[in-house]
Amino acid sequence: MGVAGLAFYLFAITSLVGAAMTVVSKNPVHSVLWLISAFLSAAGLFILLGAEFVAMLLVIVYVGAVMVLFLFVVMMLDVDYEELRGQMAKYVPLALFIGIIFLMNLGLAFGPWEFSETAGNLRAAPAPDPGEVHNTAALGRLIYDDYIYLFQAAGLILLVAMIGAIVLTLRHRKDVKRQNVVEQMHRDPAKAMELKDVKPGQGL
Amino acid sequence: MEQTMTSDIPTGLAILAPEITLAVYAMAALIFAVYTGKDRLSGALTWLTALVMAAIALWIGMRAPAAREAFNGAFIDDGFSRFARITILLAVAAVLLTGKDYLDRGRLARFEYPIIAALAAVGMMMMVSAGDLMALYMGLELQSLALYVLAAMNRDNVKSTEAGLKYFVLGALSSGLLLYGASLAYGFAGSTRFDVLITTLSDGRVPIGLLFGLVFILVGLAFKVSAVPFHMWTPDVYEGAPTPVTALFATAPKMAAMALMARVLHDAFGLAVGDWSQILVLLSVLSMLLGAIAAIGQTNIKRLMAYSSISHMGFALMGLAAGGSFGVQAMLIYMVIYVMMNVGTFAFILSMKRDGRPLADIAALNLYSLHAPGKALAMLILLFSLAGIPPLLGFFGKFYVLKAAVDAGLVWLAGVGMIASVIGAFYYLRIVYYMYFGEEGEAIDTSMPPVQWLFLMATAAVMLLGVVNLLGLEPLAEAAAAALVR
Repeated sequence: MGVAGLAFYLFAITSLVGAAMTVVSKNPVHSVLWLISAFLSAAGLFILLGAEFVAMLLVIVYVGAVMVLFLFVVMMLDVDYEELRGQMAKYVPLALFIGIIFLMNLGLAFGPWEFSETAGNLRAAPAPDPGEVHNTAALGRLIYDDYIYLFQAAGLILLVAMIGAIVLTLRHRKDVKRQNVVEQMHRDPAKAMELKDVKPGQGL
Repeated sequence: MEQTMTSDIPTGLAILAPEITLAVYAMAALIFAVYTGKDRLSGALTWLTALVMAAIALWIGMRAPAAREAFNGAFIDDGFSRFARITILLAVAAVLLTGKDYLDRGRLARFEYPIIAALAAVGMMMMVSAGDLMALYMGLELQSLALYVLAAMNRDNVKSTEAGLKYFVLGALSSGLLLYGASLAYGFAGSTRFDVLITTLSDGRVPIGLLFGLVFILVGLAFKVSAVPFHMWTPDVYEGAPTPVTALFATAPKMAAMALMARVLHDAFGLAVGDWSQILVLLSVLSMLLGAIAAIGQTNIKRLMAYSSISHMGFALMGLAAGGSFGVQAMLIYMVIYVMMNVGTFAFILSMKRDGRPLADIAALNLYSLHAPGKALAMLILLFSLAGIPPLLGFFGKFYVLKAAVDAGLVWLAGVGMIASVIGAFYYLRIVYYMYFGEEGEAIDTSMPPVQWLFLMATAAVMLLGVVNLLGLEPLAEAAAAALVR
């Protein structure tokens, strides 16, 4: 077992432990931290596979942004997790039962599943040979050349989502004081202030 | 079929020019309105958007007739997609113009409305031109997301919010089903392209896994056309959404989803007609009957139109279920006539009000013919046409799909269709009864601006005059169907 093999088992075990602890740990903040460790080990596994771009994406986007957001949300929400957990214990047998049925279904579907004769070749066709093209370049070619139409369509969908969120939630309240930078900068001391010459001992 | 991996982007962009123009227009209008007049511009933007869409429809109509595909087959520009896109653009433009007065009255006139409608139209254009399962999904989501927002647009109204939420949750569910089906199809074929998918079926045998994929894709699309048993959301959403949005729901998206269904079934599963035909037959029978029977108890005209659209979708599905080129042609003719009838009917429904407040109760139309004989007559013609009474245009739509079913050997299906059509005639005629022979009740105000009046009268006139040669619709639909079914 070389260094790569050792690294694989290290990352695999930490990601499994991290995932298990995410579910099991009592404190939700700890859960998020365990999830981060699971993501980091998954990133390590990607590097072992030679997909360093996806690994970096996982670290930057998931660990860097999504998890931090999660942490904020978990800290801000006032949810009694103990109560949720108590209810959860009640449903565990049922959940296990349904899970087993799903597993059996998947097994049944996997058995008679057949591929068309050309499926393997067709599936491999869009991606270039990993030996020739760097995987960052290969991904870029797929997303920005071959699937540029779908990529831009996804952009339009996000635009609609953004407009929709604003249309449905933004309210202009009239009773709120707003900051107007131009107005602020053009404030004239002569108009804004009034100087009074107070005589000593008299007051206003 | 080999995949060309060096996609020619400039050619693709040229083929997509109409869609890009509309999307860029929507974005430019958005930026312009945000930085200038905001909601004060809504009226001008509505007009401008409708004009831009009509111009793009004209442009698509005048493009070279050759079938082209762009972006590795993700976008197909052929006769079928052009026919569907022109119908969709004109329908959205007409609905925008007829709904303007209602929005102004209800203080709902927001500048985002025409912009979101334009983006929804882009999504529908992508749907009907999709040549790839991924492109299909992207177009469908763009359209659906825009429509969810529009349904909830009247955000201070509980029913509108409920409509938006309900539509969103059920729409997301249906998208999930569709995606699952698409993933099964990909798992079998190894490609998401329709033209590659069909080659993997060339021995005519559909394995069980792919059959599941086909069923799930069909279920997802049946949600979008609100075919029974996936129709639950329709009456509530139609009732809750602001009426101009309801008018939009009832027209262009239905055309887009039907055309998309025809596209997937013929381009990707064209060699398994026997497998999908029986599914469509079931959807068709259930939709026709339930749409006709459940509408009888409705007193709210928006709910009634919802059931009416369910029933009409059943008829259009009958055309598709018949399979073959003539079936698609019958479906296209049916859908175009359906869209025209709905534009006219909703132009009238949008004007129903009392003391400036919109009304949807059909009993309010009591003896309406005495107050406004012209509009009552137009409405009478439209309702007769919706019911499929000869010699109006609606009858010819029904005639085509029934003929397609009979030609395909589905005589019993055509029989069920005729029974459903007779049952359905009851509730259309009941409105006519109220208008002409009802009891004297509180008067209703149906004053409308000239554009809306024009749409009401023009569609009614078309229902009458279309008898001559279906307004030249038949050869156009025939060419479009021939482009799809080769």
